[in-house]
Amino acid sequence: MSASPLIEIRDLRIRFHGDDGRVTHAVDSVDLSVANGATLGLVGESGCGKSVTSLAIMGLLPKQTTEISGAIRFDGFDLLKTPDQTLRDLRGNRLAMIFQEPMTSLNPSFTIGDQIIETILRHRGGSRRNARDRAIELLRRVHIPSPERRIDEYPHKLSGGMRQRVMIAMALACDPQLLIADEPTTALDVTLQAQILELMRELKAASGAAIILITHDLGVVAEVCDEVAVMYAGEIVERAPVDELFSAPQHPYTVGLLGSIPRLDHRAEQLATIEGMVPNMAQPPAGCRFAARCPFVLDACTEAPPPLVEVSPGHLSRCIRAPLELLVS
Amino acid sequence: MMELLEVHGLVKHFVAQRSLFGRALAHVKAVDGVSFTLEAGKTLALVGESGCGKSTVSRLVLRLIEPDAGTVRFDGRDLLSLDADALRKFRREAQIIFQDPYASLNPRMTVGQILTEPLALHDLVPSAQRRERVAELLRMVGLEPRLARRYPHEFSGGQRQRIAIARALAVEPKLIICDEPVSALDVSIRSQILNLLRELQDRLGLAYIFVSHDLAVVKHIADRVAVMNLGCIVEEADADALFAQPRHPYSRALLSAIPLPQPHAKRAKVVLQGEIPSALNPPAGCRFHTRCPFVIDRCRAEAPALVADEAGHATACHRVSELPPADTILPATSGFSPTLGKLVAAFSRKTEGAIPSGVGIQSARPTPT
Repeated sequence: MSASPLIEIRDLRIRFHGDDGRVTHAVDSVDLSVANGATLGLVGESGCGKSVTSLAIMGLLPKQTTEISGAIRFDGFDLLKTPDQTLRDLRGNRLAMIFQEPMTSLNPSFTIGDQIIETILRHRGGSRRNARDRAIELLRRVHIPSPERRIDEYPHKLSGGMRQRVMIAMALACDPQLLIADEPTTALDVTLQAQILELMRELKAASGAAIILITHDLGVVAEVCDEVAVMYAGEIVERAPVDELFSAPQHPYTVGLLGSIPRLDHRAEQLATIEGMVPNMAQPPAGCRFAARCPFVLDACTEAPPPLVEVSPGHLSRCIRAPLELLVS
Repeated sequence: MMELLEVHGLVKHFVAQRSLFGRALAHVKAVDGVSFTLEAGKTLALVGESGCGKSTVSRLVLRLIEPDAGTVRFDGRDLLSLDADALRKFRREAQIIFQDPYASLNPRMTVGQILTEPLALHDLVPSAQRRERVAELLRMVGLEPRLARRYPHEFSGGQRQRIAIARALAVEPKLIICDEPVSALDVSIRSQILNLLRELQDRLGLAYIFVSHDLAVVKHIADRVAVMNLGCIVEEADADALFAQPRHPYSRALLSAIPLPQPHAKRAKVVLQGEIPSALNPPAGCRFHTRCPFVIDRCRAEAPALVADEAGHATACHRVSELPPADTILPATSGFSPTLGKLVAAFSRKTEGAIPSGVGIQSARPTPT
């Protein structure tokens, strides 16, 4: 980790106010930072707050019903206090995002060229012809065959893998410093997923952008991330360099996750299971949020929320029983 | 030993486009000559990418759709000659579990009604004992009998999949077709359902046809694997043999494309170039030739036959004997570090038997605070 990260999130809290007056604690005290050129994986299961965190960075959460506190520092800005006009200048330009569904995130009534050119003209200006040349160049960079012809096609003519590449080309249009990819390969077949992951690695090496990769697939994390943050019920429960997370996890939830996935590189007679349910986030438990499902639980776990503490250099865990090796040696 | 299911030369073409007068103009060759057998009590996995025909095969086997050609024999009977009455009787012996647990349960029926329906339809249990049987079924899949009065929307995805499994088990089938049963579930729930399916197989001697795109799941559950590409089986082998030495270039590419939860794993990568061809217009010759790194002229002209060796490992590739060995597709070292192994063992030991799985109920509408 370098001295001054590109983006730094401090004590981010997000609450949603429902119509019926119910308040959902979607994200609680999240601290994150990503350095230039690094890839951070944000992993967790449905509803853990990983996508909400990324939408907060992009300023895309509905203002009326969302209560956000904390700070998101990006290159001198606090994104949470930045006026909308400035945010619009940043988004698509220095901050870019790729969404999960390439089927629904392109506008069906414009050609893919129009959509990429729009981004370039909005942020860079210049002539439409130059923008078009740049768009063709971008499509070539993401390995779309015969981009001069493809640029005038409508999204419905492209396959899922191609559309996801168009999304990536659009995100890269203005050479962003931070790219957020929310489950970029989840909707794709494995051979296409491999192509897209390869492409992301290639682009990272070429551009030096920082990437936040949101996924539930621990395999994808192992392949492309440098550092990983595991989220559970709105909190980061563990943060570690990728090698350490997979070889010596320090939070029971991570252990459960790693033990529950069927693996090609390991034979298990019985998969681990995480019993019970995710807590109701309208009334989060007083102590550790994983306590009710944790096999290593102590009385102290349910009394006060555990802090995120450094177990070894760069390896943080929100578990009072860490280091976990001591429990099994 | 007699096979429970013998499928031979199954073909299904769907009409994709019709002329003004209803004449078929284009066909999707969803399934194009698929044969396999399945022993009682075993699991055959059908794997492949979207559009390869794996789901269509599973529906053809149950005669939920009618094949254009081929034969399906179940327990020695020819399924395609059965009349409506006999077909209904057959359905008692073969059931299906679908991918989407949100769409496959009737929202207006309680769980009890959902599970009673097959009992009544096949007249299996006298009505006085049906409630008891429902309770037994729920216990079998790890749910509490009191939940029979609830409606599907009150359950989480994993619990709904348990209900779907209970419904399939209600008629005491010999065969269950599992069509992507865990794809819509979160990873921790996925392992519960996979463990449950294995446990039920051991206990009840069920045979499964397990349709999936996820090879890691397949490796965990299958005895035998058939890899499909564009309506044809390209490789079929015992699971251990296939994962140790995949032969067909497509199987190798599939295996090598799966990201492993092991950072810096040492393995050979086969990244396929190009798109998946459309089943509307499959390439001539070998259907994989447009993406195959080992393609030669013969592949473009002549479709290879699925040929089995003496060990029962079948491959449809002209060049199968000349291909380089495939032993680096999966890393030699296990992805479990000793520490992780111990931690996971401790994690599982403590959860085992502590709480019966999945008994909690998650209301879709949490109580207002």
